[in-house]
Amino acid sequence: MSSTTTVAPGRSEWDGGVSPMGVSYGKLMMWFFLLSDAFTFSALLVTYGLVRSSHKAYEGAVDVFQFSQAYWPIPEKVFEAVPFLHGVSAPLVFVGIMTFILIMSSVTMVLAVEAGHRMDRKAVEKWMLWTILGGLAFLGCQAWEWAHFIHGADAGDAVAEGTTFFGANLAHNQYGPPDFAAFFFFITGFHGFHVFSGVCLNFLIYYNTVMGTYDRRGHYEMVEKVGLYWHFVDLVWVFVFTFFYLV
Amino acid sequence: MTHGEDNAHITVLPPDKEKIKKLWTVAGILGVVTAIEFVIAFTMDAGPLKTAIFIGLTIVKAGYIVGEFMHLRYEVKVLFWSILIPMIFVVWMLVAFVYEGITIADGRL
Repeated sequence: MSSTTTVAPGRSEWDGGVSPMGVSYGKLMMWFFLLSDAFTFSALLVTYGLVRSSHKAYEGAVDVFQFSQAYWPIPEKVFEAVPFLHGVSAPLVFVGIMTFILIMSSVTMVLAVEAGHRMDRKAVEKWMLWTILGGLAFLGCQAWEWAHFIHGADAGDAVAEGTTFFGANLAHNQYGPPDFAAFFFFITGFHGFHVFSGVCLNFLIYYNTVMGTYDRRGHYEMVEKVGLYWHFVDLVWVFVFTFFYLV
Repeated sequence: MTHGEDNAHITVLPPDKEKIKKLWTVAGILGVVTAIEFVIAFTMDAGPLKTAIFIGLTIVKAGYIVGEFMHLRYEVKVLFWSILIPMIFVVWMLVAFVYEGITIADGRL
């Protein structure tokens, strides 16, 4: 929807009548909403950085690492379980699968946008369905990840002298300082909520596409707007993956 | 599904092969960068260099997602900078707060 209207002599493109940003109102507002949402996620991740760096880091060798309240855990030692492989240590494999799922659903979303440009309703339907499927798969993985994190590993760990604690809640966890689990719940939870609302919006777009709403409207710009949101959810996951799981 | 009969006036254009190929290339790059991150995660000792590499690779991935998938690279320059410049605040916030955290850890606060 780029505006190619010429500006009258002696007037600036900011004097009205044209779109200086070159996008429609809806898309522009989606961009600025995403900017504000980026600030929200940044605040969470930066707070994580503050609290993590204010705790002692584990300094010994990685292969003899043990959970302790005295230092921040190494993420790859916390997230090393995969469904159906009980007791097998597969560090970060499951979260890698989740990352792959989300990247793939971002690709199918952008293919839906491409199909929308061509007014190809059948192709938009197909790619929107794949995108919704990817989103649901991601949410399912996250549900498993949370369940495992909350229930904990077999051994549990000493929270204080003489007590053993399994898994995690907002006050205690077997993996490290209480803040570790609190941040896990808040950051991945807030992201998961975005994925959930993204799936809802994607379904709405799919429904409208099937009903022929966009064909009647003459353009598929709604697919683009919701697509922006969906890519943003993928973008946030890229940062959560780095700062929570890798670093 | 019986809808669609009354939409005969809509012209469906053929797929833009080149564009679709480019999108899959970007997806491939994102996958490869993630794979590299995995390799580094298990072969390098923790330290500032490892963290710096991870942040660098993350920015590469973010650039491809925002630039190509979200199409920002091809938008008008005013829009491009309106989105990017405010992010400077986030970078500053990250540096300031992590520095603060290290100060707390050292017992200097």
